[in-house]
Amino acid sequence: MKRVGVVRFLGTNCDRDVFKAIEQVGHTPEWLWYEDSFEVSKYEALVIPGGFSYGDYLRSGALAAKAPVMNSVSEAAKKGVPILGICNGFQILCEAGLLPGVLIKNEGLRFIDQWVKLNLQTPLKSWGGSEIDKCEIPIAHGDGCYFLEPESLKKVMDQDQIWMTYDKNPNGSVADIAGVTNKNKNVAGLMPHPERAMWDWMGSSSGTNFFEFI
Amino acid sequence: MIVGVKILPREEVLDSQGRAVENTLQQHNYTINGCRVGKYIQLNVEASTEDEALKKAKEITEFVLINPLVETFQLEIV
Repeated sequence: MKRVGVVRFLGTNCDRDVFKAIEQVGHTPEWLWYEDSFEVSKYEALVIPGGFSYGDYLRSGALAAKAPVMNSVSEAAKKGVPILGICNGFQILCEAGLLPGVLIKNEGLRFIDQWVKLNLQTPLKSWGGSEIDKCEIPIAHGDGCYFLEPESLKKVMDQDQIWMTYDKNPNGSVADIAGVTNKNKNVAGLMPHPERAMWDWMGSSSGTNFFEFI
Repeated sequence: MIVGVKILPREEVLDSQGRAVENTLQQHNYTINGCRVGKYIQLNVEASTEDEALKKAKEITEFVLINPLVETFQLEIV
C-alpha cells in the first residue's frame, strides 16, 4: 500500500476518478492543493489528473505550471519520486519543463473523445511496468497533438523517453506519441485516461495496471 | 508604460486556427496566401524608460507568456 499524492488545481476535473482508481487497487490517495507546498518525503508517488486547469487560459497547463504546488512537484521529480501526469496533467508537466515537448491543438481541429489502443515502447518501473502493452483506454482532448522539433525528437528517441504510442494516431502527434518520460524515467505524461478504464462495465479494465504497479 | 506582446505560432508548427480561418475565407472567395492566428497581450509595467519597460516585458514574456518550442514574440511600446 503506497501513499499517493493527487494534485488539484482550479479546473481539474478528473481528480475524483483518479482518487477512486488509486483506492480501488489498494493504495492510499491524498489530496494536494495547488496553492500549497507539501512534504515530498511523505509520498511514494504523485498523480496530476486531467481537466482544464485555469480554464486552459494562455496555453493548456501554462498557468498551472507556475502554481506554488509545482515547486514541491519539481523537488519530488528531482528526488526520483514516480510522477504521472494524465491529459491536462501531461500538459502541465511539459509546461513546467519536467517533460520534453509541448501539446498543441489536435491536427483535425476537433476535440476528440474515443477509445484508443496503445503500444508500449519503453516499460517504466512505475505506472504499469510492462503490463500495459496493447491496452485500450479512452482519450478526451482538444490539445493532444504532441510536438517536438526533429532534433529534440531524435534526442528523446535515443534516450528511450517515448513511453507509449498510439496504434492509430488520432491527433497528429509527432511519431504517434501518446506518452513520454523524462531522462530519469520517473516522470511520465500520458494523454489517454487510464482512470476511465477501471472496470469492464466502463468498457475496459486495462487502466487498473497503471495504478496497481506504482 | 504599456508594452504590447505579439505572439505567433512558429512557422514549422501546424497552426490549426490559422488554417481554419484561411479555409473559411477561401470559401467566401477571399484569395489570401496564408493566415496565422496568434495572440496579443498588453502589459502595464512600472518603468521610467522604454528600454526598461521592454526589458521587464521580455522577462515576463519568456517566463510564462510564450512557449518557445511553438511560439515566437515581438514587443512594442504602445
